[in-house]
Amino acid sequence: MEALDILFTTSFWVAAIRIASPLIFATLGELVCERAGVLNLGIEGIMTVGAFAGWFTVYSGGDLWTGVFVAAFAGAAFGLLHATLTVPLGLSQHVVGIGITLLATSLTYFTYRLALPQVTSPPKIEPFQPFAIPGLSKIPVLGEALFSQTPLTYLAFVSVAVVAWVLYRTPLGLAVRAAGENPSAVEAQGISVTGIRMGAVMAGSALMAVGGAFLTMSAFNSFFFQMVNGRGWIAIALVVFGSWRPGKALLGAILFAAFDAYQIRLQQLAGGIVPYQVFLMLPYVLSILALVLVARRATYPKALMIPYQKGER
Amino acid sequence: MRLEPKPAPPLAILLLYPLGAIVATLVFVSFLVLAAGASPFSVIWLVARGAAGSQFAALETLTRATPLIFTGLAVAVAFRAKLWNIGAEAQLYAGGIVTVVLGTGALPLPQPVLLPVIAIAAMAAGALLLLGPALLKTRFGVDEVVTTLLLNFVVLLFVSMLLEGPLKDPTGLGWPQSSKVVADAQLPRIVTGKRLHYGFVLALAAAVATWVVMKKTVLGYEMRAVGHNPQAARFAGIPVDTVLLKTALLSGGLAALAGFSEVAGLKGNLTLDLSPGYGYSGIVVAMLAMLNPLGVVAAAIFVAGIFVGADAMSRSAGVPSYIADVVVATALLTMVTAILLSRYRVRWR
Amino acid sequence: MQTHPAASPPPSAQGGGSAREPVLRLSGITKRFGPLVANDAISFELMRGEVIALLGENGAGKTTLMNILFGHYVADEGTVEAFGAPLRPGDPKAALEAGIGMVHQHFTLADNMTVVENIALGTEPLWRPRFELGAARARIRALSADFGLFVDPDSTIAALTVGERQRVEILKALYRDARILILDEPTAVLTPGETEALFGTLKLLVAKGLSIIFISHKLAEVMAVSDRVLVLRAGRLAGERVTAASGRAELAALMVGQEVVSPPVAPLRGGAPLLVLREVSTGGRGTGARLDRVTLTLRAGEITGLAGVSGNGQSALAGVVAGTEIPTTGEIEIAGRVVSVWSPRAALDLGIGRIPEDRHAVGTIGDMSVAENVISEQYRSPRFARHGLLDWAAARAFAEEIIRDYDVKCPSPDARIRLLSGGNMQKLILGRALDPEPRIILANQPTRGLDVGAVSYVHRRLLEARERGAAILLISEDLEEIMALSDRIVVMSRGRLSGASARGERTIAQLGELMAGHQGEAAA
Repeated sequence: MEALDILFTTSFWVAAIRIASPLIFATLGELVCERAGVLNLGIEGIMTVGAFAGWFTVYSGGDLWTGVFVAAFAGAAFGLLHATLTVPLGLSQHVVGIGITLLATSLTYFTYRLALPQVTSPPKIEPFQPFAIPGLSKIPVLGEALFSQTPLTYLAFVSVAVVAWVLYRTPLGLAVRAAGENPSAVEAQGISVTGIRMGAVMAGSALMAVGGAFLTMSAFNSFFFQMVNGRGWIAIALVVFGSWRPGKALLGAILFAAFDAYQIRLQQLAGGIVPYQVFLMLPYVLSILALVLVARRATYPKALMIPYQKGER
Repeated sequence: MRLEPKPAPPLAILLLYPLGAIVATLVFVSFLVLAAGASPFSVIWLVARGAAGSQFAALETLTRATPLIFTGLAVAVAFRAKLWNIGAEAQLYAGGIVTVVLGTGALPLPQPVLLPVIAIAAMAAGALLLLGPALLKTRFGVDEVVTTLLLNFVVLLFVSMLLEGPLKDPTGLGWPQSSKVVADAQLPRIVTGKRLHYGFVLALAAAVATWVVMKKTVLGYEMRAVGHNPQAARFAGIPVDTVLLKTALLSGGLAALAGFSEVAGLKGNLTLDLSPGYGYSGIVVAMLAMLNPLGVVAAAIFVAGIFVGADAMSRSAGVPSYIADVVVATALLTMVTAILLSRYRVRWR
Repeated sequence: MQTHPAASPPPSAQGGGSAREPVLRLSGITKRFGPLVANDAISFELMRGEVIALLGENGAGKTTLMNILFGHYVADEGTVEAFGAPLRPGDPKAALEAGIGMVHQHFTLADNMTVVENIALGTEPLWRPRFELGAARARIRALSADFGLFVDPDSTIAALTVGERQRVEILKALYRDARILILDEPTAVLTPGETEALFGTLKLLVAKGLSIIFISHKLAEVMAVSDRVLVLRAGRLAGERVTAASGRAELAALMVGQEVVSPPVAPLRGGAPLLVLREVSTGGRGTGARLDRVTLTLRAGEITGLAGVSGNGQSALAGVVAGTEIPTTGEIEIAGRVVSVWSPRAALDLGIGRIPEDRHAVGTIGDMSVAENVISEQYRSPRFARHGLLDWAAARAFAEEIIRDYDVKCPSPDARIRLLSGGNMQKLILGRALDPEPRIILANQPTRGLDVGAVSYVHRRLLEARERGAAILLISEDLEEIMALSDRIVVMSRGRLSGASARGERTIAQLGELMAGHQGEAAA
C-alpha cells in the first residue's frame, strides 16, 4: 500500500472519525467555557473522570446511556468546583485548572483502586456498537465513514449543531458570547455574569467528560490509567485553531484526527525505518504548529481569563 | 459577593491561612479515607510515621523531596513572572538525558570537574527547552501553557526513542533503560548506605540562590514587576520580553537540575519512570510555598512526606496510595483560596 | 445633615413634568469602601418629567450612587423606591424591571456582536430556543426614528463610532421601556456638536414623560439641560438648587467647597525646542484613534496644553511621547537630535518624565510596595543597583524622600501601593517622574479623579517644573484646566492636531469648534 492510497480507503476515514469523536466533545466543551471567558485547564482531568465514571457505571450494571449521563454529571461537578474558584473568587484560571486536572485524575485513580483492589488487568465492558444509519451509510467512502459509527459519534456531531445553535441563535448563547467579550454588557442587561459563566463552565465540563467516556465506552472497552493521554491539551489547541467557532472546531478536530489516523497507518508502512515514537510525537507537534500558525490572527474572546467583579467596568 | 483588597495582616496571622488550607485538605481527605473503610486518625498517624517516624523514613522523605525542590523552584520562578511553565516534567527529562549522555564515559574528566560540567550542561538543556515556548509567547503570542504541556508528551516519547535506540543499555535485557553513569559522574551519598545524596544539598543551595535572585537582584525585581503588571512594567521601561526569556532560562535550568540530581544521585541511569510526575507536583509545591523559594524547601518536604508516608500507610492500612495525589491536589486548591482570602475580604453584599 | 428634599422649592415646569409625582426616591444611601465613605446618607427625589443634574467633582461619589441605584452595588444603609415600590438592592435586573435604564460612562457593549443583539440581550427569557431578532430590529428602527438615535441595527459594535455607541446605549434603555434614564458623564466622549444632538434627544424623552438623572462635572452642560441640580461633594449632598434660580458661580462654589485658586502664571519666556514631533503617524493597533501626520514642538519653560474629546488620538500621542508607541512614519527629535531607537527606556534616558493616564493599570504595580514602585523607572541606575544587586535601603530612603517631599499619606514604604488613595498614588507617580528633574514632562490627565487639594498640588508642581525650564505636555479633557495652565494650546481631533494658539488667544467656543474637527487653520 502506498502512502497516498491510504487517504482513499474507507477504513482510514472510519478510523479518523472515530479518533475525532472524543476530541469533538472535548473541543466543544472547552469552547463553551472559553466563549464565556473561562479557560478550563481542568479538561484533561475532567476527561479522565468522564472516562472512568461512564465505564464504571456500565461495569457496575448500568446501561450505556446511563453511563454517559453519569459521566456528564461527574464532569459538571468538577466544572462547578472549577467555576466556583475561578468565577466568583476570581482565582488564577491557570493554577485552578491544573489543580482540577490533578485532583480529578488522582480522585479517579484512587476510586479505581478502591473499587477494584485486586484487579491486575482492567475489566472489560460491552461498549457501544457501530450502528449503520440505513441509506446514508451506503454512500461510498464518505457515507460509510460518517454513518457507520457508534451512537456516541453521532451524539458528537449533534452536539456541534446544538452548541452552534445555542451560541448563535438563542438568548442564552447571546449572553454566553457577551460574557466572554464584555461581561459588563451582560450585567447591565440584568443577567448575572457569575451565573452565565458558571453555567457555561459546568456545561462545557460535562461535554469534556462525555469526550472522556467515549474512550472507555466506544473507542475501547475498559479503563486504563493515563488513557486520555494529552487529548485535553490538544482540544485546547483545537479551540484556538477553530477560532472559537463550533463548525471550525469540528473541522479542526476531524483534520487533526485524520492526520492521527494517517500517522498510525504510515507507521505500519514505515515501520523499522523511522522509530515509532516519531509518529506518536506528530499529533503534539502538529498541535503546537497549528497554534503558531493561527496565533497572529487569532481573535480571543476579549474577556478570556479576566475575572469579573460586579460593578466593574 | 465581591472582593475588596485589605491591608496585609501581621505575619503570625498570615501564617494561619495556609494552616487553614491544610486543615481543610485533611478534612476532605478524611472522607475518602472513611470511604476506604479506614480511620482517618490512624491513617494520618500512619502517614506521619511513614514519612518521619524513623531515620529511614525521614531520609527517604528528604530523598523524595530533592527533585520536588528543583521543580518547585522552577515553577515558583516562572509563575512569579506569570510565565506559565507547566513543562517542568519535560525539562526534568532533558536534564536526565544530558546527564546520561555526558556521564556514561563521554567526558574523561575527574569528578570535581565532571559533575559541575554535567550539571551546567543539563541546566542548559532544560533552559533551551523552555526557551522555545517562551519565544513563541513573546514573538507570536502563543499561549505557553498549551505548548509546554504538549512538549511534555513530545519529550517523553523522545526519551522512549532514545532508550530503545542510541541510549539503550546493551546489558539491560531489552528493558527501555540507559546504561549507568560512571562512578565519577555520581553524586555521593550523604549518609553511607542510605539513599540520601548530595543532590539534596544542591537543592538547598539552589533554593537559597533563587531566593537571593528573587529578593535581592535587579532580575528578580524585574520578574516580579512583569508578573504583577506587565503593562505598568513596560511603561516603566522594564524590557518585558527579555525578562520573560531570562525567566524561562532560569526556570528551565532549575527543572533540569531535578533530572540531573535524580540520575546522578539516585537512579544512576535514565528510564521512562525517572519522574512520577515531579514536574506537575512542582506546581503544587510552588503554590503551597506561595512562590517563595525558601518556602519551596518546606513545601517540597511536606509533599514528599505525604507521598512517602502514603506508600507506607497504603501497605498497612489498605487505603490506595493514590490518596497522596489527592491530598496534594486538594492542598493546591485550598492553598490558592487561602492566599486569596489573606489578601482580600469577601463581602457578601 | 441634608434635609429631606421635599422642602425644596418646586422645579421649573418643563416638558411633561406637570404633576409633582415622584418616580424615584432615595433615602439615606450610605456606601463605604473600606475606610472611604463614597456616599454619606444621601436622600433625594426625582419627579416625573424632570431632569436632575448630579453635579460633582471626579471622585465625589456620583458614579457610586448611580451604581447603587442600578444595582451594581449594594448600599450599606438606606433604601431606594421606584414608582412607589421598594427596589430590590444589588440586582440590575430589578432596576431594569422597575423601568430604570442606565447609560454607563464606559459603554457596556460586546464588540463582537451586532447592535440588535446587544440591545435585545437579556430582554427575552434565556431558555427560549430561538431568538426573534426580526421583531427587535423593527422596534429599534422605530425608536431610532422617534428619538433621532440613528444607527444600523445590524452593524457590529466594533464598526461604530463612539457617538453611535452611545446611541446604542440609550436605545438599550428605551427598548426596555425605561421611564427613568441615568446618564453617567455622557458628554465626556462627545464632540460639542454630538453633545447638542444628545441634548435634543433628552428633550424629546422628557416630553414623553421620562425622568432623567444627568451626571456631570461640567457646569455649562448642567445649566443647559437640568431643571434641578444636586451637588455632591466628597460623598455628601452639598446642596440642591433649582437650575433657573442658581448660577454657575454658586454651583461651582458648592461643588468645590472652596475657592478654586487659579495658580499665578508668570509670562511666557519661550525657550529652546526640547521635543519636536515631525509628521508623526501611528499604526492601527488597538481600538484607539491613530495619529495622522502630527507635528508638535514642546519648548523649554512652556506648558503646551492638548485639548480634545477623548478617543481622538490623545492616547496615541501620549504613547509616542512616553515611548510605548513607536511611530510608523515621521521623526522624533529631542534636544536637537533625531532619535533612532524609541522605547520607554529610551524616553526615560533622554530625560522625559511621564505621568500616565491610568494610574492603576499603567502607573503603578498594585501588588508591589511603595518603595518598589518608586524605583521602577530608575532601578538600574547606580543609585539603586550595583553588580545586578538592588540596594533596598536606598530604595526605601528614596520612597521616604518622596513621601515627605510630595506630602503622600502612606503608612510606610513597604505598604502595598494598591491600598493608597488615588490622590496619594498620583503624588507618588508625580514624585517618581519629577525626581530626576526631567527636561520634558508628559502629564496625561494628571488630575483626573483627584480632590481639589490634590489638584492644586499637582498644578503647583507642574508649574514649578515649568519654572525650572522643563517643557511640559499637558493632556486633559478638562478644558478649564488646559486654559488655566497652558502657555500654548493645541487641539486634537480624529488623530490630527490644530495649530497652536497662545494663552487667551482662542475662546472656549473656538476651541470647541476645533475639537469637533473643524480645522480652520494650517498645522503649525
